[in-house]
Parts: sequence; C-alpha cells; structure tokens
Amino acid sequence: MKHQFEPFWWSWFSAGGTLSALVLPVVMMIFGISVPFGWIDDPEYDKLKSLIAPVSSRILIFICISLSLLHWAHRFRFTLYDGLQLQHLNRSLAILCYGSAILISLFAGYVLWNF
Amino acid sequence: MQQQITLEIFRYNPDDKEGPAYKKYEVPFRKDWVILDALNHIKDRIDGTLSFRWSCRMGICGSCGMKVNGNPVLTCASFLEKLAPGPIRIEPLEYFPVIRDLVINMDDFMDNLKKVRSWIIHEKDDNLDEEYLQTPDQLSDYKQYSMCINCMLCYSACPVYGLEPGFMGPAVIALAQRYNMDSRDDGNKLRMDIMNAEGGIWHCTFVGDCSAVCPKNVDPAGAIQRYKLEGARAWWTRWLLPWGKE
Ligand code: SF4
Ligand code: FES
Repeated sequence: MKHQFEPFWWSWFSAGGTLSALVLPVVMMIFGISVPFGWIDDPEYDKLKSLIAPVSSRILIFICISLSLLHWAHRFRFTLYDGLQLQHLNRSLAILCYGSAILISLFAGYVLWNF
Repeated sequence: MQQQITLEIFRYNPDDKEGPAYKKYEVPFRKDWVILDALNHIKDRIDGTLSFRWSCRMGICGSCGMKVNGNPVLTCASFLEKLAPGPIRIEPLEYFPVIRDLVINMDDFMDNLKKVRSWIIHEKDDNLDEEYLQTPDQLSDYKQYSMCINCMLCYSACPVYGLEPGFMGPAVIALAQRYNMDSRDDGNKLRMDIMNAEGGIWHCTFVGDCSAVCPKNVDPAGAIQRYKLEGARAWWTRWLLPWGKE
C-alpha cells in the first residue's frame, strides 16, 4: 500500500517542524541579529565551544539538526511531488529526500562527535 | 442613470456544441447587493437560461458556493461593493465536473461522506429508552467541526484535491473528526482504517487554504493534522507495542 510508511515519516516531519519553530527563531535572533547589531555582547568562540563540550549538549544539537533536516525532506518531497508534477517518481523522490536528510544528519553527527 | 457593474459569467450548456464560454452581463451596482442578488437579477430580467444553485441567502445552506475573481466564496455573502469597479468574474467551483453553467456535480463529495460514516455509530445496539448525555465540555470538543455547511469551498481551494484523484478532501475528513470526537460515538477505529488508506489523510500536505476560505471557521486543515497525529500514534503503537491497544 502506498501510504504504509507515511505515518512514520510524518512523525519526524511533525517533530522537526515543532522543534525548529521553537529553536531556530531564537538562534537566528541571537546569532543573526542581536550579536551583529551589538545588542548583546559577542559570546566569544571559546565560551561557545565550552558550552557544547558536554555530550548532552551535542546530543541536543544533533537532535535539532537531524529533525529539522527530516522536516525539510518531507516538505521538499511534496514540493517536488505536487509542485513539479512528479507523481510517478514517488518512490525515488522519497529515497532522494529522506536519504539526503539522513546522510547530512550522519555527517552532522560525525562532526559533533569529533569536535 | 444608475451605475452599472459588469459580471463575466462562465456559461456552459452540455447540449451546445460550442463548449464553455464567458458571457458579460451589466447589472445595477447597488451597495446592498451580494453577487447572488446580481445573478438572480440576470436570471429574472436578462437571461433566464443562466443556471446556478442557491437557497437560503444567509450562509446556512451551503449551496451558493462559486469562484468569484478566482476565490471560492459563498455568493450570498460577497458584496458587489467589495469587488467594484469590476468586471467580476464568476465561475463554478474548481475541481468539480460542471453540469451546466455554475452548477457542479458533487457526487464524489456525497459518496465520500457515506464512506467515512458521517453519523453516530454505537457499538452496542441502540437502546432507545436511554438518553445519551453529554456535558458542555464534551460538546465543545467537536462543535467547531459540526458547523460545516457542506459548501465545498474548501475543496475548491485545495490543490491536492485537484491533483490526487481519490483524495477525500478537507470537509469530509473534518466531518469524520466531528463524529470521532463526539462522546456518544464508537466509530473511531472504523474511520481510522479508512483515513489511513488510499484517499485519506496522508494525501494532505498541509497547504492550509481550506481553513482560510471556510466561511464557518471549521478549520478542516487543523482537523486533518489532529487526525494525522492520531494516525501516527497508532502506527508507532502497532510497530513498537504490537500487543498493545491502538
Ligand atoms: S469545512 Fe468549511 S469550506 Fe469546507 S465544506 Fe465545510 S463549511 Fe464549507
Ligand atoms: S444561499 Fe445558502 S449559503 Fe448562500
């Protein structure tokens, strides 16, 4: 059946959407706007680095990155599917989108682990 | 002379060999007129062959939905004044087969309403002597979804309904939710199987236009997302706790 795994992917999509809606605006506000405009002090590289040193912080960052990517993958898959009228490529699109989200997540995990 | 406004109306007669065409009509521009008044004026005074549906003239019956300047609206609730100076283009609701002029065929919608069992289902035989009591809180759980007037504007706004043959569409799913959330109903499981299958909730990509055009604030998009959450929960339970209750 065509929709057998839809609930599975949708769960990640939904979790990622919720999480990135909460986290990303804050990150963007701090690092994209407040720091460059000088509204708050530059947190300095070393301080930030020590902030992500504990394993728990890295796991948290990994979850944020991978879920946001899975959120993107699901959206992008349907953008291609409906937007470009690629209904016949349903399976390949799924592999391409979710696959790249998983690959980039793994890469992020690798980088975070070796930081 | 009274000010006039032009309506460009989609005309189609299946017996005509010429096919569909837009026809222009000049009608009086009156502040207290809605589109439906203008259509009735045309039908009564200018061209009696124009066909369209309407009944209540007050946003209750849901039969006067059309596309006005590209947007699905209730024509009994859209004032000419808001659309001045015109011309105003009036077309049948998008994605439905046209029977004639502005009249669409809604069989698909009616069939789907039956398919999702949009009525109260009791597991046990009805005990007609017993009252089914409901608290105000239980009523408010589903009340919003019960406001739907079956006008099908949400279908006309939903690109997925246009693209996916078989998709049940917003209002039908919201109405299934209306009964699922009713404390007197036991049909949740039955409807979930239908919603998880081809044509159900997983076609929806959350465009959200259905909720934007709904004249009754039913929020079908919200209903579908809630349904998906439930469907996803059932899916994970099935896989992680196969012995558990869905
Ligand atoms: S959900 Fe709203 S737009 Fe859709 S049929 Fe019902 S009342 Fe009309
Ligand atoms: S005529 Fe009944 S809703 Fe418009």
